[in-house]
Amino acid sequence: MKTKSAKQTRLINNIIVHVVLAVLAFIWVFPVLWVVMTSFRAEKGSYVSTFFPKSYTLDNYIKLFTDTTLLNFPKMFMNTLIVAIFSCLLSTFLLLSVSYCLSRMRFKMRKPYMNMAMVLGLFPGFMSMIAVYFILKAVGLTEGNLIRVALVLCYSGGAAIGFQVAKGFFDTTPYAIDEAAMLDGCTRWQIFTKITLPLSKPIVIYTILTSFINPWVDFIFAKVICRANADQYTVAIGLWRMLEKEYIDNWYTCFAAGAVLISIPIALLFLKLQKYYVNGTNGAVKG
Amino acid sequence: MTSTQLSIHAARVQRDRLGSLGVVQALRDGGVETKASAFVMGLGNIVHRQAVKGVLFLAAEIAYIIFMVRSGFHNLAMLVSLGSVQQEEIWNEELQVYLYTKGDQSILLLLYGVATILVTIVMFWIWRGTVKSAFKAELCDKNGWPVNTFSQDLHGLLDENLYRLLMTPSMFFIGVLTILPLIFMICMAFTNYSKIGDHLVLFDWVGLENFATLFDGGSVLGGTFWSVLAWTLVWAFFATFTNYFAGMVLAIVINRKDTKIKGFWRFCFVISCAVPMFVSLLIMRTMLQPEGAVNVLLRNMGLIASDASLPFFTNATWARVTVIIINIWVGVPYTLLQLTGVLQNIPGDLYEAADLDGANKVQQFFKITLPYMLYVTTPYLIATFTGNVNNFNVIYLLSEGQPVVDLSSTAGATDLLVTWLYKLTIDKQYYNIGAVVGILTFIILAIGSLLTYRNSKSYKEEGGF
Repeated sequence: MKTKSAKQTRLINNIIVHVVLAVLAFIWVFPVLWVVMTSFRAEKGSYVSTFFPKSYTLDNYIKLFTDTTLLNFPKMFMNTLIVAIFSCLLSTFLLLSVSYCLSRMRFKMRKPYMNMAMVLGLFPGFMSMIAVYFILKAVGLTEGNLIRVALVLCYSGGAAIGFQVAKGFFDTTPYAIDEAAMLDGCTRWQIFTKITLPLSKPIVIYTILTSFINPWVDFIFAKVICRANADQYTVAIGLWRMLEKEYIDNWYTCFAAGAVLISIPIALLFLKLQKYYVNGTNGAVKG
Repeated sequence: MTSTQLSIHAARVQRDRLGSLGVVQALRDGGVETKASAFVMGLGNIVHRQAVKGVLFLAAEIAYIIFMVRSGFHNLAMLVSLGSVQQEEIWNEELQVYLYTKGDQSILLLLYGVATILVTIVMFWIWRGTVKSAFKAELCDKNGWPVNTFSQDLHGLLDENLYRLLMTPSMFFIGVLTILPLIFMICMAFTNYSKIGDHLVLFDWVGLENFATLFDGGSVLGGTFWSVLAWTLVWAFFATFTNYFAGMVLAIVINRKDTKIKGFWRFCFVISCAVPMFVSLLIMRTMLQPEGAVNVLLRNMGLIASDASLPFFTNATWARVTVIIINIWVGVPYTLLQLTGVLQNIPGDLYEAADLDGANKVQQFFKITLPYMLYVTTPYLIATFTGNVNNFNVIYLLSEGQPVVDLSSTAGATDLLVTWLYKLTIDKQYYNIGAVVGILTFIILAIGSLLTYRNSKSYKEEGGF
């Protein structure tokens, strides 16, 4: 008798848990679904009284890429792509090389560097943003196409401050391999490029992808650096502008379409990267 | 190995044992050529068969001297006064237009001055390197140890000195794009660079005046500062711990033995991370406007009157609760991902023993899970807290700091120190006050995280797990 009631309580518990999970999952998925549906919605405007659109269309996506008079989305897309590719290359190089040195080599500046990175991390990131703008302006990088260079520098210049995750990963590859390679006459550079990097594929991919995504989702830096140069805008500023008062009625559904377009690749990457994400931060938490 | 090879090897070992030589030692014990290298950089190297290296050092010195003579000394001198020449307009009779004379721009003078100081520090670094290098070359030559040729030096950069090659670019970028702006910004806190009193072109050093203004609770800025600071701390506390506990409970529930289709549940939550944060925040904002989707929906359902709307961002208390709740929506998926792994690391036998002793799930959570998690994740919590104090995106994109309760103040009810800083600098152009706010934010964070970190178990018993 007693076991049966225990079984029943377990059943009831399970039902409650699953119902609660379902409700929560709905709350979390709902806005995502809503964006997707809005992007296919035929009626204009941001406020509609029904959850499901009355009719579906692909026009929002078409308009996004063809109507370039007010907001030139294709141009913004290309700007962001160029900035993303270069800042990805630069920051991956900087971050991985610094992480390798801090993990594998011992030199006088090692501890001071790590402490410095920690202190710099405590400053509000964009407190110096205005100052960065002045500096870039003083070197003449805030006009015309050079704004792209400025953006690349902004996104990748400080990359090496966030070395912790990659260093943690390098720390886990056994040092004995390096020693063996050194006995065979490998230089450090060869060990880095031919042994450590191939062995650390997950963290290399993780670094490449996160630094590639950054320019697509950053909005503040791009806005401060671009100012009024509309032809240099990145996707993030473009989407933000679509929600401004003068555009929102005509562009709201296009905003959703644009949001879906940049979310798809990020979603795919994120699902792929989930396990590295967990592993990487685990190391960082314990270290 | 032949005997010559052996002796070369032994010499090399001896040479390498020299390790790092001090500058003072080099200047005291070095020969004439080493001492002279302190003035003519690279001389010691040129004398001791390292011509290329020596010439490079010399070139660096010449470049620095040229820079200093042409603009460096001027920059340093101007740093004291920050310029005083007004820009003036003069009527040009020939061209029939007003021409502007070139006045001083304090902001550029300050920037160049700070940059010159940084260049000088780097130069001092190089100078130390030359003296040491000269001394080493001298010792090697004197004792008959092999002196590195230039190509050997270059090769060394790929091997035992690889860190110099790889760290330099990063240090350069961090120096120019992070450290220089920070020092520059910190300097602004001690000037009157502000729209107040029209000091946007020419400004002066004013010492600690700005700090005094901000700490004075009687002035408008001072009063705003204390209220913004209080809300920032409240926000950071709630944002951190609501996310932490919600994420942890969710992770436990999803991972418990009896829960079915674990992967699906996790996917549901993680998928919302895929939408870039600024997009989901902007959507939330549009939905919660007085005429937004949520209010329309509530009206249609008859839950509120047809002309009423819930004051999500128009009432101070509502707005504060709204941003905290939406932050849970944004943050929990990330917390879930991060804590799942840590939770799975808790030794299972602890729970088995608790089961045997008759502890229920709630007791197990408070006696086993929570202490373990707090122990392991203190650094993570500190990082999250810091992140939340500096959480610009959520506040700026959701509420823009609205609603403004006190019209005379520059901050709204949901403004954090960072969003207030942004408004002060970008919108109001009170650069000096903005810089002070930034410095104070840093000090609060630094003290707070140092204290909690040092008092935490994971610091005291480092390596305990």
